[in-house]
Amino acid sequence: MCGIVGLFLKNKELEPDLGRLTALMLKEMRDRGPDSAGFAVYGDEAEGTKITLLSKTDETDWNALAKALSKATGEDVDVKTVGNHALFTTPAEGLGARRWIIDNAPDVTVLAAGKSIELYKGIGDPDAVIEDYALAKRTGTHAIGHTRMATESAITTAGSHPFSTGEDTCLVHNGSLSNHNRLRDNLRRYGESFQTENDTEVAAGYLSWRVREGDTLDEALTRGLKDLDGFYTFAVGVRNGFAVLRDPIACKPAVIAENDDWVAMSSEFRAIAQLPDARQANIWEPEPSTIYAWSHN
Amino acid sequence: MAANTSFDLEEITVRQANQALQEADAGSFTVANPKGVHALVCGLDAPLEVSIDGHVGYYCAGMNKQAEVNVDGNAGTGLAENMMSGKVHVTGNASQSAAATAHGGLLVIDGNASARCGISLKGADIVVKGNVGHMSAFMAQTGNLVVLGDAGDALGDSIYEVRLYVRGKVASLGADCIEKDMKQEHHDQLRALLDAAGCEGVETSEFKRYGSARKLYSFNVDNVDAY
Repeated sequence: MCGIVGLFLKNKELEPDLGRLTALMLKEMRDRGPDSAGFAVYGDEAEGTKITLLSKTDETDWNALAKALSKATGEDVDVKTVGNHALFTTPAEGLGARRWIIDNAPDVTVLAAGKSIELYKGIGDPDAVIEDYALAKRTGTHAIGHTRMATESAITTAGSHPFSTGEDTCLVHNGSLSNHNRLRDNLRRYGESFQTENDTEVAAGYLSWRVREGDTLDEALTRGLKDLDGFYTFAVGVRNGFAVLRDPIACKPAVIAENDDWVAMSSEFRAIAQLPDARQANIWEPEPSTIYAWSHN
Repeated sequence: MAANTSFDLEEITVRQANQALQEADAGSFTVANPKGVHALVCGLDAPLEVSIDGHVGYYCAGMNKQAEVNVDGNAGTGLAENMMSGKVHVTGNASQSAAATAHGGLLVIDGNASARCGISLKGADIVVKGNVGHMSAFMAQTGNLVVLGDAGDALGDSIYEVRLYVRGKVASLGADCIEKDMKQEHHDQLRALLDAAGCEGVETSEFKRYGSARKLYSFNVDNVDAY
């Protein structure tokens, strides 16, 4: 099953409430995905790069890793820890730093890297994940969240959504892809690195590859309609924007609502109903094979 | 139960509201603050008038018998699923599989219905004032689907004996679904359906009729060697 939520704020005055509103939505999707949950928040732009990391062992020495990364890149690395996650901030180039950590820290999963994105996930009750990583207190411009009912790979923290493989790009998914193994092999040849066996990570890697090759998000998603085989409703976050796409059969649910202050999407309307003035918003079901996108200029 | 009873879903649960409505044998009711909850006002079996003030979730008014349910808002998946009789009216849009397997009664959607509207329809009438999504009336057996707007891909795929009346464009017809003549009986039937749904100023001459070519589900003696 799985539950998806996405919230993109048009009204700047709501930015202090981004986390609180996203938490209300995500809690409502708890029943659709009780196995694990995660969210990505875009806000608090860093001078350099923010890298969100997850310890696979809960015993990672973050300061030692930061020191090693600093030595490798020649740049300072600031460390903040939250539970079994750490947030590194560094002037170093983001994707290079990401790659270095993947290659040199086998006990760590790189959850996200970028100027704006921070990404947290955990297994178990979505309400606890929301609480543990203080979603309600976070501020920013847009956020994406997911509650997972695992089908294609094991229930692990690293296998929880959202997935992010490119700078400031992340993806949540309701559905399952059937050609992810072949596609993963191909993408590895094109230079993408994967950290799990999860099908959604392949979709995230696919978009990162296309964007790196020069596609706009819209072009990458259009191409994805041809190359990604399976069932999906995707919500995609990029640094200044947000997009929704459903497969041509559209059997996985999605609803979008928009007013002057915000755009919201979710698997079910009851999550959107938590938002201010939701009832009066323009509400519709996204069409199959159609890209819906919003961005801040 | 007294007439004009109000339920507020911020004060009572969906189950309590449904149970009270299922036990009522007459009267009019309002349900406030539905906020997209699922399975609201399901399984009614009395001539009740029920008004829901807001958007509803999945399976609203499922299995409805006799009751007249009005939703002032949008509806999620499976609206009026397996309706037997009565009337369900939604002022906004409806999600997938509206009136799936419905045997009787009338469903009126003022906005759009998404994919698979009237899938496996078994005798109910549906009037959609906007558009319907892909695979609508898939394997539909009997009843009527009226669409004032456009229809998505594969309309009426593998259809049996449902009559499809569409005013706008049809993206594509499904397997064994063809356009058919509008005879007087069809104009008369369509007029009655449009009137029942409150479609004023809409002429039956604006519609085309679609139905089964009857090649898929009928045994054809010419193909006997294939068996």
